[in-house]
Amino acid sequence: MTPLMLVAEDFTAPGPSIFDFPPLYEGAPTWLTKPVLMAVLGALVVCALAWSAFANPKLVPRGMQNIGEMGYQFVRDQVARPFLGKDAERWMPLLLSLFFLILLWNFFGVVPLIQIPVASHIAFPVVFAVVIYVIKIYLGIKHQGLGGYFKNMMFPPGLPKPIYVLLAPIEFLSNLIIAPFTHAVRLFANMFAGHLILAFFSAVGFWFLFEKLTPLGAGLGVLGVVMTIGMTGFEMFIQFLQAFLFTMLAAMYIGGSLHPEH
Amino acid sequence: MISAASTLAAEANSPLMPHVYELVVGSFAFLVVFLVVGKILTPRIQKTLAERTEAIEGGIKKAEDAQAEAQRTLEQYRAQLAEARQEAARLRDEAREQGAQIKAELREEAQAEARRIIEAAHAQIEADRQQAITQLRGEIGRLSTELASRIVGESLEDEVRQRRIVDRFLEELEGRPEAVR
Repeated sequence: MTPLMLVAEDFTAPGPSIFDFPPLYEGAPTWLTKPVLMAVLGALVVCALAWSAFANPKLVPRGMQNIGEMGYQFVRDQVARPFLGKDAERWMPLLLSLFFLILLWNFFGVVPLIQIPVASHIAFPVVFAVVIYVIKIYLGIKHQGLGGYFKNMMFPPGLPKPIYVLLAPIEFLSNLIIAPFTHAVRLFANMFAGHLILAFFSAVGFWFLFEKLTPLGAGLGVLGVVMTIGMTGFEMFIQFLQAFLFTMLAAMYIGGSLHPEH
Repeated sequence: MISAASTLAAEANSPLMPHVYELVVGSFAFLVVFLVVGKILTPRIQKTLAERTEAIEGGIKKAEDAQAEAQRTLEQYRAQLAEARQEAARLRDEAREQGAQIKAELREEAQAEARRIIEAAHAQIEADRQQAITQLRGEIGRLSTELASRIVGESLEDEVRQRRIVDRFLEELEGRPEAVR
């Protein structure tokens, strides 16, 4: 056995247990953990940032308002308008809150010392997905009628009759069970995996450069650090993309309930 | 060997199982963000953006109006300029015509005047000539008689006869054109 393999055998890659957090301090209630604290902090920071940008908006924007408007226009032009059309403005409060909160919670994954994407705990994406799911079904029944909603969902017109035997249950499953599940899990899994990858590469760097520095292992440690830096940049892109995607799907579900023909 | 308790614990911590307290905190956090960002702040920025659109559209409209106004004024000025040019050309032509007319009139007047002067001169000359002829006729008669009496040496007493001889002589003279001219 080479020394490298010996060291490598000692090294344990971080697993799902890195997502388990004990209460913040001795004697604290079990629910007061780091992710919970970060979730609350994130919500407050989003409110504070949005307040500084939009509390007293000017016709000619300055400073924070410029940044806030960039976010607003991004959500409006890329998310709301393509899926909601003329209803876009009406749903902007929900979509903008959703996008800003998810984006900041995701970015917590790469902020030093915080370093936990809040959505890597599935409860948080589940809250959003459930809210959107309830709104979707409520709007669908309100705008299409109870029968119409299920008919439009399960029996899209213009197909040969036998197809419906297969299609109706698939559509029912995909719209009412799979869609909300994937909606939440897509965000959760991306954040979970991203955090795991960052933890793995930084653990490699830390282990081979600080814990067990050997001539052969040093190269591996350097690679770990370089990969950590590279993956951090990639993670930021994924964090943004997932926030965008989650909001976009929310807009799509709402738009689909408002206008079943699309 | 892993004990049943730790297996159970691991299952309780499965990443796919949401913690109830996190569901509560997540709902609460989302509600706060939705109330602050969605309900309070989004309408404000929407209002501002709408106002900005209006302001920009108003500005564009104003600029378009101003441009149209300027265009209209320019057209007016151009029309006026063309009119003024036409007017000037017309006046020039008129003046030229008038000048020519005046020149022609003056020339005619001058010619008439000249004719009148020449005619008057002719008449005067004719009168003078007649007077000279009359005077000459008397003078010649007297001189000739005197000459003749001196040559002949005798005084021709008879006035009447003398007169007749002179007249005859003069008529003879007039009968010869070269002698008169």
